[in-house]
Amino acid sequence: MKPKKSPYDHDRDGHDLTGEALHARLARTWGREPGLLGWLSTVDHKEIGRRYLVTAFIFLTLGGILGLVIRAQLATPESGLIDPDRYNQIFTMHGTTMMFLFAVPVMDAMAVYLIPLMLGTRNIAFPRLNAFSYYVYLAGGTLLWVAFALDVGPDAGWFSYVPLAGPEFSPGKRVDVWAQMVTFTEVAALAVAVEITATILKQRAPGMTLARMPLFAWAMLVVSLMVIMSMPSVTLASGMLISDRLVGTQFFNSFENGDSLLWQHLFWFFGHPEVYIIFLPAAGFVSEIVQTFSRRPAFGYIALVLALVATGLLAFGLWVHHMFTTGLPRLGYAFYTAASMSVAIPTGIQIFCWIATIWDGRPKFDTPLLYVVGFVVTFVIGGMTGVMLASVPLDLQLHDTYFVVAHFHYVLIGGAVFPLLGAITYWFPKFTGRMMSEAAGRWTFWIVFLAFQLAFAPMHWSGIMGMPRRVYTYPEGLGWELTNLLSTVGAFLFAAGLLSFVANALVSMRRGKVAGPNPWDAPGLEWATSSPPPPYNFPHIPVVAGRTSLWDNRGHLPAMQGLRVDDRELVLTSVIDAVPDVREPSPVPTIWPLVAALALTTLFISSMFTPWAVVIGSVPVAAALIGWFWPKDAKVHPEPVID
Amino acid sequence: MLPPRFTGDLARLPTHAFTHRALTWWGVMAFFLIEGTAFVMAIAAYFFLMNQEQVWPPPPHDPPDLLAGTLFTILLLVSEVPNSMAKHAAEKGQLRKLRRLMALMTGIGLALIVLRGFEFASLNVLWYDNAYGSIVWALLLLHATHIATDWVDTTVLTCLMHGEHGVEGRRFVDVSENCLYWRFVWLSWLPMYLLIYWLPRWVA
Amino acid sequence: MMRRASLLPFALLAACDTVQSTTGNDGSQSELFTGLFWIFLAVTGIVYLVVIAFLLAAMFRRGGRRQDGLPDEGESRDGGLRKALAGWVGVTALILAGLTVASWIADRRLAQAAASPALDIEIVANQWWWEVRYLDHEPGRIIRTANELHLPVGVPVRITLRSNDVIHSFWVPNLAGKQDLVPGRVTDLTLRPLREGVYRGQCAEFCGLQHAHMALDVTVESAAAFAAWRQRQSRPAPPPTTPLARAGHDYVTSRECAACHNIAGTPASGQVAPDLTHFASRRSIGAGTFPMSRGHLYAWIADPQSAKPGNNMPYVGLEPDELHAIVAYLETLR
Repeated sequence: MKPKKSPYDHDRDGHDLTGEALHARLARTWGREPGLLGWLSTVDHKEIGRRYLVTAFIFLTLGGILGLVIRAQLATPESGLIDPDRYNQIFTMHGTTMMFLFAVPVMDAMAVYLIPLMLGTRNIAFPRLNAFSYYVYLAGGTLLWVAFALDVGPDAGWFSYVPLAGPEFSPGKRVDVWAQMVTFTEVAALAVAVEITATILKQRAPGMTLARMPLFAWAMLVVSLMVIMSMPSVTLASGMLISDRLVGTQFFNSFENGDSLLWQHLFWFFGHPEVYIIFLPAAGFVSEIVQTFSRRPAFGYIALVLALVATGLLAFGLWVHHMFTTGLPRLGYAFYTAASMSVAIPTGIQIFCWIATIWDGRPKFDTPLLYVVGFVVTFVIGGMTGVMLASVPLDLQLHDTYFVVAHFHYVLIGGAVFPLLGAITYWFPKFTGRMMSEAAGRWTFWIVFLAFQLAFAPMHWSGIMGMPRRVYTYPEGLGWELTNLLSTVGAFLFAAGLLSFVANALVSMRRGKVAGPNPWDAPGLEWATSSPPPPYNFPHIPVVAGRTSLWDNRGHLPAMQGLRVDDRELVLTSVIDAVPDVREPSPVPTIWPLVAALALTTLFISSMFTPWAVVIGSVPVAAALIGWFWPKDAKVHPEPVID
Repeated sequence: MLPPRFTGDLARLPTHAFTHRALTWWGVMAFFLIEGTAFVMAIAAYFFLMNQEQVWPPPPHDPPDLLAGTLFTILLLVSEVPNSMAKHAAEKGQLRKLRRLMALMTGIGLALIVLRGFEFASLNVLWYDNAYGSIVWALLLLHATHIATDWVDTTVLTCLMHGEHGVEGRRFVDVSENCLYWRFVWLSWLPMYLLIYWLPRWVA
Repeated sequence: MMRRASLLPFALLAACDTVQSTTGNDGSQSELFTGLFWIFLAVTGIVYLVVIAFLLAAMFRRGGRRQDGLPDEGESRDGGLRKALAGWVGVTALILAGLTVASWIADRRLAQAAASPALDIEIVANQWWWEVRYLDHEPGRIIRTANELHLPVGVPVRITLRSNDVIHSFWVPNLAGKQDLVPGRVTDLTLRPLREGVYRGQCAEFCGLQHAHMALDVTVESAAAFAAWRQRQSRPAPPPTTPLARAGHDYVTSRECAACHNIAGTPASGQVAPDLTHFASRRSIGAGTFPMSRGHLYAWIADPQSAKPGNNMPYVGLEPDELHAIVAYLETLR
């Protein structure tokens, strides 16, 4: 070893240190302690992304079981299977679990895992915040489900309208559980949004200009900014709700100058962007899958990016279409009709570009591309019913009926879940090093696709026939029996299909065909490293000169050398042109994020019972945060000290 | 896996930088966006509730007393002077000057917290009286949490700068970003001050 | 067998025509809805088919080209696709603009369809029943009922909507779209029934435990029948004639019932529960929970909580003879 002369003289990757020797050094630097403490202290985005994914799927299962219970109850009129109190908790828990504990976290899971790999960096930005956000999400979901198990589950619907959810008409802690769960999940989602934004803007591989960034990264950039601009609204609203219930504020009490519509405005200002926050990552999946399986770069990259941005912006101007029946001025409604219709234009652009890519490529209809086809067929139906609901005269009849239930399941399952299943199949070899069974995958696709139509298509008809939402039973003789029975059969088949997907995944993890770094011969950087990737992602930071790196560089991968191997280091590049700028130290594993999350959980839960918890509880939170950020290793200076 | 072909060297890049070249700066900016949006929504709620009423504040409440709030605002705006000096000193690496300024900011922050307490006491309405009281308390509380958080940040950084870590380059970046946060604190206060103290007087 | 088969289409159509369905087209607003819905369905249906056709063409096309760094002889049609995209955006924008305009026009027509209402009704929603008041300049002609509406055919009516507790939504799909009843606000709905018949409305905004059992019976009848009904409604309750009914009258007007219910012409003047003055003339009990019949009346009065758990009418624990008497009396309230 050379004597150390200058602070710059540390061992670095490059010509002298590459291959197996480099791997050993980097693996030691970027690894973590084995065992429970190491697992709890990890700051590796891949580990945390996997946690998010598994946890989100557990909540999908729990929420899905509730959906099946709803369908069992509604299969026949005047069914006495579930009493109204339990039923109201069940449909509230179903929607709340799916929206807050599955849909957003599962997209976060995929982004947290994939974005650093797609961008050619070693870890996500703010890795300890990432670890913290998972624990906070888990705490919120656990709070909700433990409360439900104890018969204290929320029962005022997933959007918890006041005054029903207020102190007078929902006594007890049920709605407080809901409101505080919202706080937990919003903190987690906001944290991930900040990390993704910073990673995308500052940690892209050298040469990966914004115009060369993968489309999934563009989708997540737009989504993260949408999360940042929309979630404060619902956090404020749920805070106001808890405060009305706990300390007697009058925000929503019309007898004391408050207004129940204030809740609706604040909630839907978040609620409408929320559905695009769920859909746009799926659009990102579709772009990636369509590229790889059509054997060509996506058609209309610029149009796709502009469409993502336009959708993100427009999404903030639509929320009043959830309030068309509340008696607001008709002229205002007319604007929201036009705005709601106009969001179909960027969506239409994306659909065109995806189909055009397939049309002009050499498509291979493996399971991921099958899911894209299922997505187009299903989601566009949801888009059509959405256009109908955007019209005030139509909405006045269809609002709060099963027509709306059909619409949003078509766009959420067709638009988000189908692409998600395709995406998990696609990136499964990257996550686990093995392929999912292609034969089983096709069976699953067809069952899931057809069963979904059977379950949800009849609901359009139930709604048109006058069946309102959120009813625990319905009378005979109104013509709703057949459609409800068909929906129930379809729902159970759909659940079986999803179960077969999970079974395929679980079995394939042990016995699937072993996968190399790039089993699909895909173009993105995530396929330039092993499957699964080592803790440090890439041995050398890759350099990018186009949108389809691995297709443009089939012989070797251009890379930068020079990062230290004995300390965690990654490179920050400039925002637009990705010129290398700063070597950024990356945090080592630490238990502080868990400690801080526990302190925050204690604060949030006890503040459901007394306002003083906010003051007293903030002390351990502050202590945990100070412990977290207190600099370590005063003896080791990474570069010259300043006098 | 593909063999690498080296096209550049990263070894000479610095390990810290200021403003938009720093990763944490982007985190702070995102935080401003989040909190700023929360403030905007709260202000929108204020206007929404105000529009429901003929008289604002609803009788029998008077608008909040001006003394504590105005004193607070003046001190807060004045504090931008040492704040900017601290930011400049941090970017220039002037440790001794920085230590003095940080201590001063810690003291100012404490005075502001005390004044904020007096503000709560002189609002002339309680949070449970009516929606006007609720939203005014909410606005003041939202901002108070930022004063409190930034004060804790400032205090911790002051301790750090006086200790052995004070010489590290990254600490100077932390201080510079904390000064940025302070600007957010008074910028976000100005519309709130007008809304809480002056709008009720203008519409009366 | 053949005759049964040929009746099938009529049976299917008739299946659409229920008392609570948007396909009823029994009011001027619901007719407008159906017309607009067909336009939207046709236009969006065609767009959908175009998208699917493009997708199928893409799936089965053999003429594409790979651009993944591996050799291929095919030809790329990117230029043509770009023009197609521009065309698609233009067409989509035009279609959406057209649908928006159609929607605005229909919205104006909705407002005009029941312009200059000739009848004013006020509905106040409660958990889980509807208080209905027919307004009039003369206080003596104001009538109060619950969970039902009688409307003269062809006459535009304005219904003012208020709520005593949480947000509800008034919806009679055969006649018109819905409108929310928001506490602290006054909203309104105008409608004009076109056909005589019986219809059913239901609360369409989740309002708590018994949201599923908050329905409304609507009767649309000739002007003469309506006038007769209104005349009957404005009369006080007839005094009981049989001893059993008298015993029932005594109980109802002096015990628990009178605390909440009002029966005009008797000491029972509670204001927080449905008006019972002409209770027996209604088609259902408990806002659509049971049809009106002697058996169901027994069941309801004996234990309202098992019929509609959580509703605000408490279980009282009546003796059998009290129950007989009360039912006998209530049946006289036509």
